[in-house]
Amino acid sequence: MRIVANIIIASLVAIGLNACNQQPENNKEKESEAITYEKDKQASDQSMKSTTEDVPDSEYSFGTLPYQFDDLEPYIDHKTMRLHYGKHHKGYYKKFLNAIENSDAQGRSIIEILKNVSQYSNGLRNNGGGYYNHWLFWHSLTPESGQKPGELLSTAIDDAFGSFDAFKETFNSAAASQFGSGWAWLILSDEGNLVVTSTPNQDNPVMDVSKINGMPILALDVWEHAYYLKYNNKRTSYIENFWKLVDWGKVDQRYKKAINQQEIFTP
Amino acid sequence: MLHEKINNLNFEKLPYAYDALEPYIDAQTMELHYSKHHNGYFNKLQNAAKGTEVENMTLNDVFKNISKYPKGIRNNGGGHFNHNLFWSVMGPDKGGQPSGKLMEAINKHFGSFDEFKEKFEKAALGRFGSGWAWLIVKDDKSIAITDTPNQDNPLMDVVDENGMPILGIDVWEHAYYLKYQNRRPEYVSAFWNVVNWEEVSRRYEELI
Ligand SMILES: [Fe+2]
Ligand SMILES: [Fe+2]
Repeated sequence: MRIVANIIIASLVAIGLNACNQQPENNKEKESEAITYEKDKQASDQSMKSTTEDVPDSEYSFGTLPYQFDDLEPYIDHKTMRLHYGKHHKGYYKKFLNAIENSDAQGRSIIEILKNVSQYSNGLRNNGGGYYNHWLFWHSLTPESGQKPGELLSTAIDDAFGSFDAFKETFNSAAASQFGSGWAWLILSDEGNLVVTSTPNQDNPVMDVSKINGMPILALDVWEHAYYLKYNNKRTSYIENFWKLVDWGKVDQRYKKAINQQEIFTP
Repeated sequence: MLHEKINNLNFEKLPYAYDALEPYIDAQTMELHYSKHHNGYFNKLQNAAKGTEVENMTLNDVFKNISKYPKGIRNNGGGHFNHNLFWSVMGPDKGGQPSGKLMEAINKHFGSFDEFKEKFEKAALGRFGSGWAWLIVKDDKSIAITDTPNQDNPLMDVVDENGMPILGIDVWEHAYYLKYQNRRPEYVSAFWNVVNWEEVSRRYEELI
């Protein structure tokens, strides 16, 4: 219910903002464009609502998308977002709930499960990873483009990689060279260093099966489903555009929590 | 192709038009799959092999000891061979059932053609992430179903079950995402409509 209410409020705010933006000198064409946009937007909100309607009640929350399906256009298209959140992510989430039922992982936090994933079934590894990773991915992105990391993180990036550009290059190369399906990450490693790493399939650096362990603060999905409709085989163009969407505000927050060894923010 | 020197390999023509497998596999997917993905693997294989001992070796010999070679040879050598096999075991106006010795072997090993299909589909759907499902002929001439991650294949020393693949299905998302999106099961069941059983049988009979 809370999810639905949030979406309705978000829609009202969007409609309100749009109404305020209407300038009297707007010509008819612009008005009709705005109306079409508003219709699309409402359709988008509607489909978001129907996406979360059948999400089961559980102590493990699915988590709402922090923006609408079309908000990341043109870099990530509406259809990809709708499928990615509503089919892929929700699919992992539901399978995770099935896998956890009757397992002795029931009741443990998602982070605890991931940290000890080698003790559990492949189903918990793949779907628990898919559930957590996508949530972190959604919270690595924002339509408010042009953000930069805050001073604390920015200094740490310079210290670890030499410069922000060198960091980007390292991250890009990790994302491009993860062969097959997988993820690229910026993490605070267990040793306390900022490290760029990548993992196959739905593994992540929290899992005890991964070579490098730490707390992920930035995530990029490089499964083909994340970009194929818009970018086809051109993964590098998708990676390049990812930088225009990074929510550095949230990355900063996760970094601060990580260095203070506070609990990882989870859905 | 398996027994030619890697630097003598050609990027062979697709044996049919991009739209020949419609409506089961769409023309746009075929074009991207062949001219971008497969061609990319072929070129990267040549680049990775150039100037190394690998360029004068055959894919067959390299696969047998793939654990000793760099990732670039494994991924791109596999990518080239796997796609080449994939194109050859599909075709327009195909599907149906195999006949002759292959059908006998399938019935003997799996009980029936339907049971074989079910097991093959299970392998294709159970392969998490990118990879392939295969029908292989093992050293003792028996047939088996197996699946491999990414561009690995049953000829490589890194996989659990070795044998010569005679049928393969690509279950990377690029193989089906434009038409089927997240619905891999629909793609896998559509695949049966384009299987070229004459070619699969030919490969089988050559091995036994
Ligand atoms: Fe994904
Ligand atoms: Fe492929």
